[in-house]
Amino acid sequence: MSEGVLHAGAGHAAHHADYLEEPKGLWSWLTTVDHKRIGLMYMWSVLFFFLVGGLFALLIRLELLTPKQTIMDAETYNRVFTLHGAIMTFLVIIPAIPGALGNFALPLLLGAKDVAFPRLNLASLYIYWTGAAMAVATLALGGVDTGWTFYTPYSTTTGGGVSLMVLAAFVLGFSSIFTGVNFIATVHKLRAPGMGWFEMPLFCWGMYATAIIQILATPVLGITLLLIVMERVLGVGIFDPQLGGDPVLFQHFFWFYSHPAVYIMILPAMAVISEVIPTFSKKTIFGYKAIAFSSVAIALLGFLVWAHHMFVAGMSLFAGAIFSFLTFFIAVPSAIKVFNWIATMWRGSISLEAPMLHAISFLLIFTIGGLTGLFLAALSTDVHLHDTYFVVAHFHFVMAGANLIALLAGMHYWWPKMFGRMYNRRLAAIAAGIIFVGFNLTFLPQFVLGSRGMPRRYFNYLPQFQDLHVISTVGSWVLAAGLFLTAAYLLASFRQPKGMPANPWGGRTLEWETTSPPTTHNFEGQPVLQHGPYDYRPEPAPVGVKEMAH
Amino acid sequence: MSTVTPSAHPHAEHGHPPFLQHHFREMAQQFDAAKIGMWLFLVTEVLLFGGLFVGYGIMHARHPEAFMAAHHHLDRTLGALNTVVLLISSFTMVMSVWAAQTDRRKLLILFLALTILCAGVFMVVKYFEYSHKFHEGLLPGKYYSHKGDTVPGQFMFFSFYFMMTGLHGIHVLAGMVAIAWLLVRALKGHFSSEYYSPVEVTGLYWHLVDLIWIYLFPLMYLIS
Ligand code: HEM
Ligand SMILES: [Cu+2]
Repeated sequence: MSEGVLHAGAGHAAHHADYLEEPKGLWSWLTTVDHKRIGLMYMWSVLFFFLVGGLFALLIRLELLTPKQTIMDAETYNRVFTLHGAIMTFLVIIPAIPGALGNFALPLLLGAKDVAFPRLNLASLYIYWTGAAMAVATLALGGVDTGWTFYTPYSTTTGGGVSLMVLAAFVLGFSSIFTGVNFIATVHKLRAPGMGWFEMPLFCWGMYATAIIQILATPVLGITLLLIVMERVLGVGIFDPQLGGDPVLFQHFFWFYSHPAVYIMILPAMAVISEVIPTFSKKTIFGYKAIAFSSVAIALLGFLVWAHHMFVAGMSLFAGAIFSFLTFFIAVPSAIKVFNWIATMWRGSISLEAPMLHAISFLLIFTIGGLTGLFLAALSTDVHLHDTYFVVAHFHFVMAGANLIALLAGMHYWWPKMFGRMYNRRLAAIAAGIIFVGFNLTFLPQFVLGSRGMPRRYFNYLPQFQDLHVISTVGSWVLAAGLFLTAAYLLASFRQPKGMPANPWGGRTLEWETTSPPTTHNFEGQPVLQHGPYDYRPEPAPVGVKEMAH
Repeated sequence: MSTVTPSAHPHAEHGHPPFLQHHFREMAQQFDAAKIGMWLFLVTEVLLFGGLFVGYGIMHARHPEAFMAAHHHLDRTLGALNTVVLLISSFTMVMSVWAAQTDRRKLLILFLALTILCAGVFMVVKYFEYSHKFHEGLLPGKYYSHKGDTVPGQFMFFSFYFMMTGLHGIHVLAGMVAIAWLLVRALKGHFSSEYYSPVEVTGLYWHLVDLIWIYLFPLMYLIS
């Protein structure tokens, strides 16, 4: 396991302490501009809200255990699924990988000391916290019952904390934009000398493509959400049919952001997977350029398909056909990636460490999620499947399944780099299995439920659906057990001594060439790239980093 | 944003340029990064306003008579005056950048001050326009209470008028704050031909704010 070790972690950083130790104190963390510390704070925040959103999810599943009221009434149910959806989307999945792993790893992978705008980076974290506090505060106003999509005219007429929740999402958008601005500038200007665009690790391409969408889509959501507030406060009329406005216009605006936003969620996941698979297959990534360009293709094509969420909202058949075609088209770059990853594993020497196990779950789950998207993209089937549990299952496969499992893959991959400690690898492998089983148990039955006509967002249902709902609810407990186990052994790793070598997995990208954990300035001197990111040829180029003098 | 607030380098004694941040290798790299950052930010601004422009376009197409009737309540002279004022301010901003690039500190201070002055005039004019509308009940949405309308539905125009010019006004205010901060730094002698990126990127922002007004003016005041 210790092949490719370059430095013996401890002792090397004689004159610079590691970034976790120096400077000390809570205040030094709250005012830090170090991308690694900001990344960690993002990670803990996101995990906290994942716990909150997850508890809401368990409540939803518990309610659906029986066809009639189980633990809450219909009104409460609406509020619970709205909070679950809003928290998971805006506070967890969108910021998770860019905010936590991207901030931590991107500069390291590029051989940079920090992101381009460190203070903007810290600002994005504070804005995230502000938005999060606002979202939580809606509870005091009686919650929100619109669903995370805030469809008008319901969202402009119902009571409760809709305005505050919508403003929270608006504020969170800024944090997302700031991260995007930072990453693009960082990728353009802070690559190590010798690192051309095509020597960049694919993670950086993925973050770059994500950032493009964050910048192009988020402002449109921002203004749309402001318009909801305006509608509620001033009655401006744009979305209100009684005043001469158009509620479907809201849906167009909303999905113009939110379809691209699903790629804000999946591209970072793909980025992580593109790092993990070569490292644990000990093989050069297959089709580097195909993976890199397909990320950018997804980012751009993603803007042309939004109306596939509105096939039944009243659009012409012609427009429907166009959007359907474009939606089929966008599945192509995703499929290209999947084939490239599989080809990378083909005849590699695969080691089934936890990150790799999660990556393989990702492949299976993302494939199902993506393919079921095609059912929804076909006009005739979508009329039947729209607003049923089929859609719920589809987007949980791609969002909860693919994105969160990639987050887990990345956390397990970079954990020794982040903290210089290793978790219990056997437990980690077991947990990865439990999570995979639990996930499928929860969401596979929902495809069947949906195709049989179980509508989404209902809190009661016909008795014939109960069996599948019970399987799904039990699955949610298995999934939760796997996640709690993960939390337990990850936290337990802090009782291990620090002492990870620089490169425990034998990776070839730059972050493995500095100490674990790195010093505040990441590298001793400026690293200069000497070999490609996935150079696993049997006789690797002699030294990875030529350490330049200060 | 921090693109425009590089802090003094802590190890300045090593002979680094004083405003080079530690994670950049050289000033040119830092300058390019700041410019990229500002351009990206401007893209987000364009899209933010873009949503409103699209909404305006669609609602205008649905209610052409109401928009036509409503826009007669606006004062074209004041709108034109503000357009001229902002154009001048764009010019003085360009001159500020030039003065910074060519080490003309006094001129830099003068042009920055003039730019703020123009922005101030714009806001004062806007204030008078707004108070006149308030007085007549020409307000957005459900607060619209103007008497004696012959064409119904004019409130929609004022919804957009206030949202769009309001958002733009906020941007003018933000620009004034940014330029005032440039002025303070110029007085302290921070800028030179070696280091003027804050002036340049703030200038980019300011031109965008002007540009948006150039589109708002005909859209609101000159409907035909
Ligand atoms: C691989 C290609 C994909 C295709 C062809 C596809 C297609 C679709 C279609 C047509 C719908 C609308 C269904 C309906 O409402 O009737 C839909 C819904 C959805 N998809 Fe996908 N999708 C794909 C990938 C993804 C990914 C990667 C994500 C997120 C990471 C995602 C997240 C969602 C969400 C959140 C919804 C439902 C939103 C809601 O109504 O609440 N999809 N998808
Ligand atoms: Cu979509």
